[in-house]
Amino acid sequence: MAIDYSQLIPNNVDLSSDRRLQRALENWQPRFLDWWKDMGPDGTSSFDVYLRTAVSTDSNGWANFGYVKMPDYRWGIFLADRDPERQIAFGDNKGKPAWQDVPGEMRSTLRRLIVTQGDTEPASVEQQRLLGKTAPSLYDLRNLFQINVEEGRHLWAMVYLLHAYFGRDGREEAEAMLERHSGDPDKPRILGAFNEATPDWLSFFMFTYFTDRDGKYQLASLAESGFDPLARSCRFMLTEEAHHMFVGETGVGRILQRTCELMKEHRTDDVRSLGGIDLPTIQKYLNFHFSVSLDLFGQEASTNAANYYTQGVKGRFLETRIDDDHLLTNATYEIETVEDGRIVKKAVPALQALNERLRQDYIDDCAKGVLRWNKTIERAGINFEMTLPHRAFDRQIGAFAGVRVSPEGKVLSEAEWNAHKDRWLPTDEDRAYVTSLMGAAVTQPGKFAHWIAPPARGINNQPGDFEYVRFN
Amino acid sequence: MDPAAAPIDFRTEPSRYKHWKLAFENGVAYLTMDVNEEGGLKPGYKLKLNSYDLGVDIELADAVQRLRFEHPEIGAVVIRSQRDRIFCSGANINMLGLSTHDHKVNFCKFTNETRLAIEDASIHSGQTYICSINGIAAGGGYELALACEQILLADDGSSAVSLPELPLLAVLPGTGGLTRLVDKRMVRRDHADFFCTTAEGLRGKRAREWRLVDQLIPPSKLVEQTQKIAEEVAATSSRPKDAKGIALPTVERQIDGDTLRYAYLTVEIDHEGRSARFRLNGPSSAPPDDVHAAGASFWPLALAREFDDAMMHLRLNETEIGTWVLTSQGDAALVEAYDALLAEKADDWLVHEIVLYWKRTLKRLDVSSRSLIALIEPGSCFTGTLLEVALAADRSYMLDGVFEGSNLPAATVRLTGMNFGPYPMGNGLTRLSTRFLNDPRHVDTLKDQAREPLHAAAADEAGLVTFTPDDIDWEDEVRLAVEERAGFSPDGLIGMEANLRFPGPETMETKIFARLSAWQNWIFQRPNATGPEGALKLYGTGKQSKYDRKRA
Repeated sequence: MAIDYSQLIPNNVDLSSDRRLQRALENWQPRFLDWWKDMGPDGTSSFDVYLRTAVSTDSNGWANFGYVKMPDYRWGIFLADRDPERQIAFGDNKGKPAWQDVPGEMRSTLRRLIVTQGDTEPASVEQQRLLGKTAPSLYDLRNLFQINVEEGRHLWAMVYLLHAYFGRDGREEAEAMLERHSGDPDKPRILGAFNEATPDWLSFFMFTYFTDRDGKYQLASLAESGFDPLARSCRFMLTEEAHHMFVGETGVGRILQRTCELMKEHRTDDVRSLGGIDLPTIQKYLNFHFSVSLDLFGQEASTNAANYYTQGVKGRFLETRIDDDHLLTNATYEIETVEDGRIVKKAVPALQALNERLRQDYIDDCAKGVLRWNKTIERAGINFEMTLPHRAFDRQIGAFAGVRVSPEGKVLSEAEWNAHKDRWLPTDEDRAYVTSLMGAAVTQPGKFAHWIAPPARGINNQPGDFEYVRFN
Repeated sequence: MDPAAAPIDFRTEPSRYKHWKLAFENGVAYLTMDVNEEGGLKPGYKLKLNSYDLGVDIELADAVQRLRFEHPEIGAVVIRSQRDRIFCSGANINMLGLSTHDHKVNFCKFTNETRLAIEDASIHSGQTYICSINGIAAGGGYELALACEQILLADDGSSAVSLPELPLLAVLPGTGGLTRLVDKRMVRRDHADFFCTTAEGLRGKRAREWRLVDQLIPPSKLVEQTQKIAEEVAATSSRPKDAKGIALPTVERQIDGDTLRYAYLTVEIDHEGRSARFRLNGPSSAPPDDVHAAGASFWPLALAREFDDAMMHLRLNETEIGTWVLTSQGDAALVEAYDALLAEKADDWLVHEIVLYWKRTLKRLDVSSRSLIALIEPGSCFTGTLLEVALAADRSYMLDGVFEGSNLPAATVRLTGMNFGPYPMGNGLTRLSTRFLNDPRHVDTLKDQAREPLHAAAADEAGLVTFTPDDIDWEDEVRLAVEERAGFSPDGLIGMEANLRFPGPETMETKIFARLSAWQNWIFQRPNATGPEGALKLYGTGKQSKYDRKRA
């Protein structure tokens, strides 16, 4: 029986006339659905969820709202529109036409980049699969599911590239992405942060704010790639990623708002006795998620990053807007590193420092949301400021791994670290407390859990008591 | 060698290891790699990601050697890594980039000898090596695994084996990787071709189906399963489980100006003449009744250890000394008595190990890139085991008659049973069979002459020596030979000698060394690898190499 792929899989890659791709996806799609059933949001297949589905890349097409059962979600394949004149913007191949096919000598590099990026997408779905049970509202539940299906779609986007451009190896890699599972000791996800649990909604909001933002920066630098299909895929993915970070930023903001309300109303700092999440605990979660996410950018001095750049496969954030030679052969870049127990600045070849440069862009971006959070606290008249810890704080990867550093950036002895670390990072007790707030999901339209404020406005301008999820 | 730098010392022992941990349980030794990043042999590079330099391999070689002598109870050895998700990423690239060409080749040669010693232990010594890979095994990391009899790989979707040398560095794997792939593991050549051009290598099912590894094990069970497999292998080992090992104390030596002095060996270096004269001393008394009680001071073992150390020292630290002149001194009858003991007690585990060690030491001599000239003079004791040293030489001079004014009797050489089997060369043949490739029956007739002292004429007649000058010609003949050698191009000599030393059949071992010295040396020197825009030179800078596209 002929399957109408344009209906089943919305796409702008001419799927219906590409036999190779059809064959690959015929095999992969059932496996993906099995994976979604086993590892996706637990016990949700019958829910009708008010979701946004992308059906094309034009301004009307990428945000179609309607009720959908998640297994029936139409995971589409979309690439941003092609610019036929596009040239490679950086590296040794600068000025040459962007590649429409994978150059043979870059095959394994590109495949590795795509697999590493792709692996994170289903990983976060797995990390978040139990959160629906404790959702603080229908609004939040819907946002969780929206993020989940979009991470699923991002997996599709990467799988499309593997299927379309990498032959048998690509198909095998695509299958392997469904075989690795977050936190599985035998088949873990590739990157460390994607094997950490997301046990509660504070963690979820921090994850979507900080860790999904890493995704934004990785996607943005892949959007500069000389391999045009990858660049176009990532550009379209970025439009969706923005929503994930919005969920994170407003989620943390709403918790802060609620905490401040409780503090003001009861004139106390002891928010826990009132069933809220106290500001120092929120700061600790921030510290944890920020440093875990910084690790995702890799080593400060990286040969791989340099190779990716010179080859033209991965650029810098907003590469084309940077005013330099886009070759970096003789440029230097200042990084921070540890020497003789002190954090020092050191100039290194700019090519090798690309991870660090991207990390800096990321840090600057993270700081903006923190400013907005502090506005919320300030408006409530409370004297407390959330801060990003120093980049060297609690790192596991790179020059600062194994070095004890305070959030202010002071190098500490092991004893000093041990004496203070419970003030900086969530303790078991903190986590137990936050978990204890995660009661049964709040399923009444317009109602919210006690520890979080309602959003300023609804999704797609729906009213506050809108029924975002119907449980059937 | 940079004359200002301290000489590289090959003598070490477990309490001084920086990079390996050695543990024992239920007849299995666990050799765990945990390379100290800051512990490089020379400054200028960090040994990241369990990468290695010569210093790391010196410890490995020491451990392999000690396991054989000090631990008769050990029937299996597991090589594994302490590092999370990294087994070993091979030779350190920055170290290679900073090293001179001769250091690189010396390094490769030594690591090859260590891998072959591992295989020798598995095959001949009842200590079977098993490699347990918990993460990335790249380049030399996978080659280390290839030297083991079984390769176990974590099946976690990311642990992989690879030989990325060609795609990443434009060179070849330097430790027998290509040869072992197709000759030892008999990986199909087309599969090997794909594997060796795929930088990230292969993992999981395909790695096993293509014979790159033997077993896939879930990572959570890797430790436990490895232990089980190793204990089963150990249980079937022929090694005596209740025997007691002998200690291998540090080899004592004195460096006295240009003289290197050991208990049974002296090496005098002539820097001006670019030659070194080895004097191997025979035993001073009859063999002891109890070889085990004598332990490391048992003459054949003591001399082998000293000879081995001297060769390694000269190879790495005296690279301009191009000719090794090999002499001996002592009582031939005593050497013969020791040989008789080695033959008689061949079934004793310790004697067996000592003979295997001599075999490896003589092979080290065979593959040393030095001109080897043996001088057989009155007072020498080139008998049996020591005669192998003369037979290993590129040519030999034996004095016909006596020196005027000396009361030493004329020199003789003597064959013993040890010349007819226990010390095969890398080509699988004895030095005698290799020497008389044209006439295998001649080797049989020589057996009839075993234990007979052969004077120069008879030795010449038997084909055991090259030239037999008398005392009037001796000095000039010998001087000219050594001086002439010093005048030729070292590169040309190395190539010529290596070509001529190993006639007869090819083995995995001869292929490994031959291809290392031919292909790898050539590729290492080519601009595509080491020119200013070569891959090895630019690795880590992020700059792309520019290849000369001509096929030579």
